[in-house]
Formats: sequence, C-alpha cells, structure tokens
Amino acid sequence: MDLTHDLTSLIAKSFGLFYLIALSVGITVYAYWPSLGKRFDKAANSILDDEDGPCR
Amino acid sequence: MMERLTGAERQIALMICVVMATVGLVMAAAGRGDPMGSHGAIVLIAAGITTFFVLRAIGEPEPAEDRTVNYYDDPTKAGLVIALFWAVVGMGMGVWVAAQLAWPDLRFDAAWSSFGRIRPVHTSGVIFGFGGNALIATSYHVMQRTSRARLAGHVSPWFVLLGFNLFCIVAASGYLMGVTQSKEYAEPEWYADIWLVIVWVVYFVLYIRTLARRNEPHIYVANWYYMAFILVVAILHIVNNLAVPASLTGAKSYSAFAGVQDAMTQWWYGHNAVAFFLTAGFLGMLYYFLPKRAERPIYSYRLSILSFWGIVFFYIWAGSHHLHYTALPQWVQTLGMTFSVMLLVPSWASAGNALMTLNGAWHKVRDDATLRFMMVAAVFYGLSTFEGSFMAVRAVNSLSHYTDWTVGHVHAGAMGWVALITFGSIYSVVPLLWKRETMYSWKLVEWHFWLALAGTVIYVFAMWNSGIIQGLMWRTYTDSGTLAYSFTDTLVAMHPYYVARACGGALFLTGAILAAYNVYMTIRHAPEKHPERDYPTSSEAAEPAVPAAE
Repeated sequence: MDLTHDLTSLIAKSFGLFYLIALSVGITVYAYWPSLGKRFDKAANSILDDEDGPCR
Repeated sequence: MMERLTGAERQIALMICVVMATVGLVMAAAGRGDPMGSHGAIVLIAAGITTFFVLRAIGEPEPAEDRTVNYYDDPTKAGLVIALFWAVVGMGMGVWVAAQLAWPDLRFDAAWSSFGRIRPVHTSGVIFGFGGNALIATSYHVMQRTSRARLAGHVSPWFVLLGFNLFCIVAASGYLMGVTQSKEYAEPEWYADIWLVIVWVVYFVLYIRTLARRNEPHIYVANWYYMAFILVVAILHIVNNLAVPASLTGAKSYSAFAGVQDAMTQWWYGHNAVAFFLTAGFLGMLYYFLPKRAERPIYSYRLSILSFWGIVFFYIWAGSHHLHYTALPQWVQTLGMTFSVMLLVPSWASAGNALMTLNGAWHKVRDDATLRFMMVAAVFYGLSTFEGSFMAVRAVNSLSHYTDWTVGHVHAGAMGWVALITFGSIYSVVPLLWKRETMYSWKLVEWHFWLALAGTVIYVFAMWNSGIIQGLMWRTYTDSGTLAYSFTDTLVAMHPYYVARACGGALFLTGAILAAYNVYMTIRHAPEKHPERDYPTSSEAAEPAVPAAE
C-alpha cells in the first residue's frame, strides 16, 4: 500500500486527533491523581537541599 | 583535571584521542584541496591538544578520592567556562553582523566576512556554542543533584563536552570557508553531522545511566525536560540531515528530500530546534535553578508535569507555521497554526508556575540580581511564547513573515528568555561549584542584569518597528495596482532601526563580557567559602562530614 497524501491526511485527521485527546486525558489524570500528591511534594522539595548527597 | 581519572580511564581517553587523530589525518589526506581537508587538520589539532592533557596525567598516581561520596563536577566547570567563551564570541559576531546591516562597509571586502558566512557563525555560536555548552554543563549538575548520584562514568562526560565543542568549531570554521548545506540551524555538512550523532548518543546514554543509579524514587521534572531535549534533538538532527555526500573526499552533499518535502522537513527540524534545544532544555534549568535560588519549591509540581507533556506533544506539530502561503498543503499549514496557538497553554503554565513560585519571595527578587535574571527570563518566556502563537496565525503571518518582526521575536526568546535564564543559572552555580562565598562582584552582576535587559528591550522594539514598517511597505499598492515602494525604499526606512539594533546588541554583549570577567575573577580571586560542615565532596581522603572546626 502506498503512503499517499490522502492516506497521510486521513491518519492525521482521525487517529492523530484521538490519540492526542487520549494522551491529554491520561496525563491530566496522572498529574492530578490525589494519592500521588505526597510523592510530588516530596520531589518538589527534594532539590532544595541536595549538596550533601547520598551518592553512588 | 585528568588526574581524577583512574589509570584505566586515562587509557580509554588516550585511545579515543588516537582514533580521533587517525580520523583527522585521513580526512586531511583524503580531502586535500577541499574544505574537508582543513577540517581534517582541525580534528587532528584538537586530538593532539587532548592527547597532550591526557599524556600529562597518564603517569600520575591513581586518584585517592572515594567516588561514592561526592558528585563529579569537573566537566560541569569546564562546560560553564567554555559556554561563556562562546557567549562572547557568538554575541560579538552578532553585533558585527548587525553593524554590517547598518553600515555595509564593515564587511571589509573579504569573502569570509560576508553576511552570509558570519551570520551562521553568530547563530550557531550563540545557540550551540553558548546555549549547548550551558545545557550540557547544567544538565550534568542537575542530573547528579536530583538523582543524588554521581555521573555514570568519567570519560563519557568529557567525550560529550569536548566532542560537542569540536562539532561547534568544525561548524563555525566551515561557515567561514563557505561550507553549508543551506538548512537554517543545520548548516554543517555530512561528516560534522555524523560526528554530532555519535556525541549525542553518548550523551543520552550517559543521562539514562546516571538516572538508573539514582537514589530518589521520583525523577524530578527538570530531568524530563533535559531528556526531552537530548532525545528529540537526536531525532530531529538525524532526519533533517539525511543526505548523500557528493563524494567521500569532499564536504558537499545533497539532501535526501526535495521540494516542499525538504522545506517541511527543515522547518519541522527548525521549529523543534527552538522547541527542544532552546526551550525544553532551558525549562529544565528554570525548574531546577529558580526554586533552588528562591529557596522555595516549585509552585505546582502537578502543573509542571502537565506542561511538560503539553510542550512535548504540541510543539512537534507546530513547524509548518513557517510555511504559510507556500506549496505546502493548506491543511498542514492549518495544523501547524492550530498547534502553535494551543502551545500557549503549556507555555504559560510554565511561565506562570515560575512566577507563582516567586510569590512570597519578591524581596529576594528585588535584592538578588541572580534571581531577577530568572524572573525576567520567565516573563520573557511568557511574552515570546504569546508572540509566537500570535505570529503563527496565518493572517498575522502574512504581515510578519520574511520581515524583521521574526528576527525580533527570535531575539526576545533567545536574549530575554534563553540567555537570561542561563546567566542566572551560571551566577547561582559558579560560587557553589568553585566553593566560593559569592560571586567576585555582585555589582557587576547588577550591571550585567541592567545592560542585558536594556539591550534586549532596545533590540526587540527596534525590530518590531522595523519589521512592521517593512511588512506594511511590502503590501502597499498604488491606485494603479503596482507596488508603492521599491525594495530600496524599505531599506532606507529600516536603517535607523538597524542602528538601534546594533546598539542594543552591543549592550547585551557588554553584559556577557562582564559575566565572563566576573566568573573568571570568582574562580581566581573570590574568598573560599568555609562551610559549617565539610562538603562531603571536598575530601580527597574520604573522611566523613564533620563540623569544620574539628
């Protein structure tokens, strides 16, 4: 099957639309999932004092 | 600095140098009579210099430090100094190019100094030389701190840093000799492109391996931005530079694409170079250094995740707005325009997130020029992303395209956002890395801030005026339906703004020179910081951290 202009534009206008909507919903759900709040707060605060490593 | 490598690592470094020298020799011999031969000589000299430094350390005793207790900052330090060197060179070239447009005699009648050759030296010098080195250096810093882990490997960070700079030198010297494949921001020819792929893959592997060693459960958001920068730039670079060399012994090559496909590929690359080189990586800087300097966590971590994925998945489709009113299918133009407008959401989410983080710390912004650099950078980020979305609208683009308005927009982003966040990050990280109390002179930082801000504002306003006048003159018709102004008429109208632009650029350059001087003096003369507790990083004998007085 040839990758014609019509086919490319069909994919862009159908699949492209729905996968981006699904992605947006998925990421919003992940970012605002209530039980992840503590992990995000910890991450946000983790950079404030990071010169004393534990390193490896 | 090579003394801190183990014997085995020094041998690997030496082997790489030998391979590089061989490659340089082959290029110089095969490319005789072609610019490729000169590039071979440059590679040979670069390999020779590196070999000298490695050989000087090769007989030294093994390093005594315990690598499990500290971060590896030598490549970061080198990268920051190199970035400042490129800043002065690249911005100096920019001022010269701007001055040539105002006073064409400043070309001095040489071939190498013509506008078409030194303009890419300016663009590559500031984007790749200054921006790229600053990104590589700060990414080494940030990936280690946020992972609480040392760099994975000691040769590869040097390979990436020095290899990238070799690419920059080959690129810049090539432009002066007339080597170009005529793709904006992707001018270097095929052998330089292949070399950059090798360097970039090593960079990505280094980043992933360092993250794999992390002691933090969550990967901090700055790392996501840096990784998007590395990964997507690799993809863009490889696809856009697909080309067939005319011969293996010469620089000339032909693109794998033709016509509108070539144009679309180039602007898919070109706009995403702005997105992932000049935005994503610098957002990584912003998300790390701004909260750190303000001593406050980012306002909304959730929002930072949302804007990250928004930026990544919207930006990649926006490039076609560079090709409005061309042979590109109308729906592809509309697609690019739509995504450009949608981009405003994640862009302003990041800018707002940064400014909200400062809410409650405005007294620090007032007192601390370093934090003010970052604050103003976030403001310019918000302004230039708004302007970008606006200019991508087809009707606006019909006025702005091909005019100086575009140049003004790019510089609002490059000077106001990219350079200011970089200088802010440099000022906050230099005293830390060299263990100084503060920068050598806070007054110079303050001077730099106002010079940079004044320069940017003068530049951007000059180009807005010039661009809009130019655009309007191009579309003014007489009653009989002919163009009212000749091209020369527009040049005369633009001249005063070109003079103003050169002045604005000169102010900005002066600020960068002050920064380079200040950093040099900090390294050489600023008093050492005596911490309350020893840095675990400072001990050669791997003593545990104890109160410094004991």
